[in-house]
Amino acid sequence: MLDTIVGLLASTVIAATPLALGAYCGIFCERSGVVNIGIEGMMLTAACISQIVAQYSGDLRLALLTGILTGGILAFIHAVISIRFKAEQIISGTVINILAVGLTGHLYQRYLAFSASPPQSPGTFPKVPIPLLQDIPILGPIFFQHQPIVYAMLILTFLTHFILFYTPWGLRTRAVGEHPRAADTVGINVYRVRYINVTLAGLIAGLAGCWFTLEWVGTFNLQMTSGKGFIALAAMIFGKWSPFGSFAAAVIFGFANALQINFQLNMPNIPYQFLTMAPYLLTMIVLAGVIGRAIPPAADGQPYEKG
Amino acid sequence: MTLALEARGITKKFPGVLANDHVDFALEKGEIHAMLGQNGAGKTTLMNILYGLYQPDEGHILVHGEEVRFHSPLDAIMNGIGMVHQHFMLIPVFTVAENIMLGKEVKSARGMLLDRQRAEEEVRALSQQYGFSLDPTALVKDLPVGTQQRVEIVKALYRQADILILDEPTAVLTPQEAEELFVIMRSLAAQGKSIIFITHKLKEVLAVADRISVMRSGQMVGTTTPKEATEAGLAEMMVRRKVILKVDKKPATPGEEIMRAEDLQVLDDRRHPVVNGASFFVRAGEILGIAGVQGNGQTELVEALTGLRPIAGGHILLLGHDVGRVRPRQITEAGVAHIPEDRHKHGLVLSYPVADNLVLCTYYLPPFARGPVMEEAAIRENAEALIKKFDIQTPSPFTPTGSLSGGNQQKLIVAREFSRPVKVLIASQPTRGIDVGSIEFVHQQIVQRRDEGCGVLLVSSELDEIMSLSDRIAVMYKGRILETLPAAEATRERLGLLMAGVKEETATKEEVHGA
Repeated sequence: MLDTIVGLLASTVIAATPLALGAYCGIFCERSGVVNIGIEGMMLTAACISQIVAQYSGDLRLALLTGILTGGILAFIHAVISIRFKAEQIISGTVINILAVGLTGHLYQRYLAFSASPPQSPGTFPKVPIPLLQDIPILGPIFFQHQPIVYAMLILTFLTHFILFYTPWGLRTRAVGEHPRAADTVGINVYRVRYINVTLAGLIAGLAGCWFTLEWVGTFNLQMTSGKGFIALAAMIFGKWSPFGSFAAAVIFGFANALQINFQLNMPNIPYQFLTMAPYLLTMIVLAGVIGRAIPPAADGQPYEKG
Repeated sequence: MTLALEARGITKKFPGVLANDHVDFALEKGEIHAMLGQNGAGKTTLMNILYGLYQPDEGHILVHGEEVRFHSPLDAIMNGIGMVHQHFMLIPVFTVAENIMLGKEVKSARGMLLDRQRAEEEVRALSQQYGFSLDPTALVKDLPVGTQQRVEIVKALYRQADILILDEPTAVLTPQEAEELFVIMRSLAAQGKSIIFITHKLKEVLAVADRISVMRSGQMVGTTTPKEATEAGLAEMMVRRKVILKVDKKPATPGEEIMRAEDLQVLDDRRHPVVNGASFFVRAGEILGIAGVQGNGQTELVEALTGLRPIAGGHILLLGHDVGRVRPRQITEAGVAHIPEDRHKHGLVLSYPVADNLVLCTYYLPPFARGPVMEEAAIRENAEALIKKFDIQTPSPFTPTGSLSGGNQQKLIVAREFSRPVKVLIASQPTRGIDVGSIEFVHQQIVQRRDEGCGVLLVSSELDEIMSLSDRIAVMYKGRILETLPAAEATRERLGLLMAGVKEETATKEEVHGA
């Protein structure tokens, strides 16, 4: 029984990984005042490109690097559209999501489908149990017997919190997201802070995308991110734009996911469609504001006009 | 005398406007220099240029005798110039210390981390040096406005500013808070700081300034001293003609009661109760002024009275209508005129032509409409008549309202509201941001309505306006009417104390239920 629970929690942490990473991407963007609903598309594109690189080069690390950069490039495009051209950020994000579906569909057909006879997938990153820590009872198997991106997510939870609340850069980032003109009047370059945050956040979304192919499945499937980029945003809101809160929210959503997989395996008489719905239902309930009202950064989504 | 700051021949053009026309300005070291002018006179443009927010098209800036060129506020800050903006540039969810160090953070030894503790110590030391206390760990959103202003001042001092620009600093303060600010200003000047004090309140200028410069339509009209200047003289410099500062009015002859609010409760957008048991009444033929510092529930009170915001408790009886049960149109049709606080948001459709804005309350009635069809001819005739009668400066009745000046937009609203039979006037900040000439006009119109038997509720944060127009004055504090007194008994000091929430027990009270 204990083993089952520990196993369930370990797979919860795994399932929470793309959600938490997506949420951290959202946190950096929105804390600096840029709404990013294109996380889903960034993750999907990164997943696809990293898998192509993995199969054609056979090098998982190169694939990881390319995937991360892919997220960064898409986020930079989003940054240019919303900061330089001051376009509606929801539309820019939506365009990135639509672009991702089309682009990955095309790339999949061309490089990964059977007809393209692609090279063999090198598989996924191996598990890297952490010496000593993995032997801690209960916590060891839950947190310290994972693949690398899961660890990266755990480290980023602390790193994001640390950057936002304990560094000058974080103070400026939050200032720009709350009251950009105030930041401007003390000589902070609002545009620069937003560009850097959004682009760096894109790298995190890219990492989340790599998780799908390089850690979870080892192959790319069409639209395999299946809305997790949006659930990540829900986790960010549920977590009130804070890294620890978002982590907790991602764990709750991840748990719903792990639980439904467990149910699918153990209770075959419940139609699986109902079970796969669970994380999405939970997301809707959260977004409908059942659990307290979350206040976003004051200048979230507003382009900054100088002067 | 050494000059701290000098501007020579500053010219700045905006599309269609010459905001600064070869402006010369000199600030001496250690002086308080008041900058006076109507809205749109170019004061703010000049200050934004001195602070590096705009670049001038022509002209030079000299700091301590050396020519400088500012590309951003950072350059101005580096040259020791600090600005306290009219709308505070503070981040509500940050602490005082965080706000002050933002952009010039106190870092730990290795330079990576914020050193909050040391920042807090610096803030404490700085505020003590200039004789006021600030709690560096308090969140700015929890502080009263006067304290927030001190945070802004310390923010400039923290950046080693020796030239301070204060943009309309008293607009949000009670008279007592303003006095405290003047004390701080004098202490700063005594310690060698040079201060530019922007305002349009003549009394303050005469009370605190060492020298006074007046701007009018982009030009510097002249510089004088409080000794040589009078209120009337300064007003004349601002508008280039004689201005009647005193409102001429006869004693009121109040009639029957036409509006009564009892134990009124109203929630704001965040669902916090901001009007909290307010009670008052207005009679026909009198002006009840509601005084109070901005943000004490006045906005929500007016919105409730005009049916624009639901009532959470208590009730309002207005011309026999139970407001809250009837729609805003019924209130309008009953004869209630409303001059809203924010003319852009609630008073006008800025993209509409002047003529259409003039029939916003009556467009659906004959003669302006026949069934579902608008009668263009009648709307135009109406516009032409009102433009003439109320002296609205507009190129034509079809000019988009947004391109009119603030004063003319306000006249337009007054014209519209008074062009139909009116029994009650609810005027909220009726002269905010308009020129002295238009203020005079709006005041005369309000008094004229009163004399015709209209009951007037005047909400204003300008104490002078309240005192010169009202027959009775109610002071609103934290959502309640703290006290209502006859205008004759109201002094600035007494009202100021009430506005700060201090109620004297010995004062004669005029209870709402007593009349």
